[in-house]
Amino acid sequence: MPVPADLDPGDLDPDDLDPDDLDPDDLDPGDLGSLVAERSVLVCAGAGGVGKTSVAAALAVQAATLGRRAVVVTIDPARRLADALGLDGLTNDPHRVAGPWPGELHAAMLDTRATFDALVARYAASETQTAEILQNRFYRNISHALSGTQEYMAAEKLYELHVADRFDLVVVDTPPTRQALDFLDAPGQLKRFLDHRVYRLMTSGKRGMTGVLNRAGFAVLRTAGRLVGAPVMEDAIAFFTAFEGMEAGFRQRAQQVHSVLRSPATAFVVLTGPQLDTVTEAAFFLRRLRAEGLETAAVVANRVTPRFVEDEATLARLRELAGGPDRPPGEGEGEAEGGAGAAAGLAALAAAVLDQHDLADDEDAILAQLSIAPSARVPLLDHDIHDLDGLDDLRRLLFEV
Amino acid sequence: MDPSAFFTSSAVHIVAGKGGVGKTTLTAGLGLAAASLGLDVLLVEIEGRGGLPGLFGRNRLHYREETLAQGVRARSLSAEEALVEYLADHGFGPLARRMIDTGLVEVVSRGAPGMKDILLLGKIKQLERAGAADVILVDAPASGHAVTFLRSPRGLLDAVASGPINSQAREVLELLTDAARCQVLLVTTAEETPINELVETAFSLEDEIGLHLGPVLVNGVLPDRHLPADVRRAAKRAGVVLDVGVRRALETASAYVRRRVDAQQSQLSRLDELLPLTRLTVAQRPTAGLAHAHLPALADELLAAIRAA
Repeated sequence: MPVPADLDPGDLDPDDLDPDDLDPDDLDPGDLGSLVAERSVLVCAGAGGVGKTSVAAALAVQAATLGRRAVVVTIDPARRLADALGLDGLTNDPHRVAGPWPGELHAAMLDTRATFDALVARYAASETQTAEILQNRFYRNISHALSGTQEYMAAEKLYELHVADRFDLVVVDTPPTRQALDFLDAPGQLKRFLDHRVYRLMTSGKRGMTGVLNRAGFAVLRTAGRLVGAPVMEDAIAFFTAFEGMEAGFRQRAQQVHSVLRSPATAFVVLTGPQLDTVTEAAFFLRRLRAEGLETAAVVANRVTPRFVEDEATLARLRELAGGPDRPPGEGEGEAEGGAGAAAGLAALAAAVLDQHDLADDEDAILAQLSIAPSARVPLLDHDIHDLDGLDDLRRLLFEV
Repeated sequence: MDPSAFFTSSAVHIVAGKGGVGKTTLTAGLGLAAASLGLDVLLVEIEGRGGLPGLFGRNRLHYREETLAQGVRARSLSAEEALVEYLADHGFGPLARRMIDTGLVEVVSRGAPGMKDILLLGKIKQLERAGAADVILVDAPASGHAVTFLRSPRGLLDAVASGPINSQAREVLELLTDAARCQVLLVTTAEETPINELVETAFSLEDEIGLHLGPVLVNGVLPDRHLPADVRRAAKRAGVVLDVGVRRALETASAYVRRRVDAQQSQLSRLDELLPLTRLTVAQRPTAGLAHAHLPALADELLAAIRAA
């Protein structure tokens, strides 16, 4: 739903990141295993590129492994879930994925437009009203792929699947944007929108464009028409007029969605990579959840650099082999003949291990900035995840099984 | 390729790629690289979402430009501020503020998608026309959104048949489709999914919008150091004695690094097959942070990669 301009998305200043500001007791760093075993809705949020889609799918695979009926919904426009499940063309309706688990795994890709259409059809008084709205150009433009609308429809889809009774667990992958958690406030947005003066302004002009724009009080509308073009304004007015009478239904639905998002059956899983930018984004999501009064969340650190050595003695030996801390790593010639080549190869290898170790130290320091310690740390894998076996590997790493 | 010629082949460089591939870091690195050649650089952030200010130790950027480093200025564009400026410049007078304050523009602009985008792109076009800098580097939204963002003028030309928005869309499209004024630099990592998205984005931008694609930047590439596969044998030949713990650490690390290098190399070959563009590779950074201290080294690396291309 469109968000009026007077809606301040938050007093949540993303730059104002202060770990001490968060009381860890307020957010229960839930154990990932019990979340998947017991909750009915899991919402995954995190920056783009942290592997949200594959982690969401792996959580659903774990639920299926526990014998639950799970569905994973991705709302990312990229076809990453399809990649991860080795499928093409996932649709708005859940599609069952066969696999070696006692439960069920289903997958769906959010179709914002189709979800919105279904909602209109549900609350319209007649087929004529449905048709009028669905054919309106303004509606068609706002109802797909616009920010705000997408988040709202994600919440709607989540609710629809949750109440359908076909699934024990719904896992939702949110869009890779800062606004991903706006759907927490979708009901509030809708209510404010319906109460908004622009809405009232437009619906009062039932006689259409001419009727509205000739009235003296509507100089503002007229100016907007000059800017964006009269047809756009006409479409907007026609849409708001057609929408009349449906507000009550939409409001009620929004309230129901709201209740599910805030119920103890729902948990939020915040994903992060080990880099500063993704951790900053995760901290932003944690603050947002806290500001919304949501108590349970788990943090997953994905793609962290693996360590190959732990003890100081081995590290010291590796530094020797690498040629001392000040020497830049040389080019290895592992397959070259002769002792010199082999020594260079070993030195390069030792240097590579030390580089990884330093990087892992850096990452630990960055992850320590989060108010909640990650429930799981998944190492950066040496291969891409694009099939069920890959998802199962990821699942084992997440749940340490 | 001569780096100065590369940076001045067009005034506007739009840096685009999937989230998490390091697009913002490379934008900053390119900015420093161009500045080191004596060029005057303007970095442009869209709707204040990015990590650009953090790279220069700032909390945020503003609509008005500021200097971040020698020869490098930056500003953050927002649709709302661009709109206020646009309305003031185009004689909409005192009603402009009211239209924005009532939320009318916000609501109506949703009905004609791309309205916000065209305001942002219109501002970039104005900066380019005004000769705001030798090199204007735009940190574009993440790939899916970048296509929507850059497609906005085409969409609006159909939706809004006349009036100021129509002429704005027309002028922006002229900028975007003129290789002498604007090019897109796509960023990816050497991984399957980002490459798939990159290829899809590349074809959308070129075929649907008519944008000129510059070199592809591949970030985080591991150097192939030809690490020894057989640690025991290498140690024997080198006459080095390794205890079990050290040997096992080296074996595990060798296998892991070599598998990652191989996977990256095969993805790079796939990229070359799918997208016949010049490729500039940048090595994996030695830190997980966005430390300002590493930017000069990144800039040097980018310059070397451009020279070698």
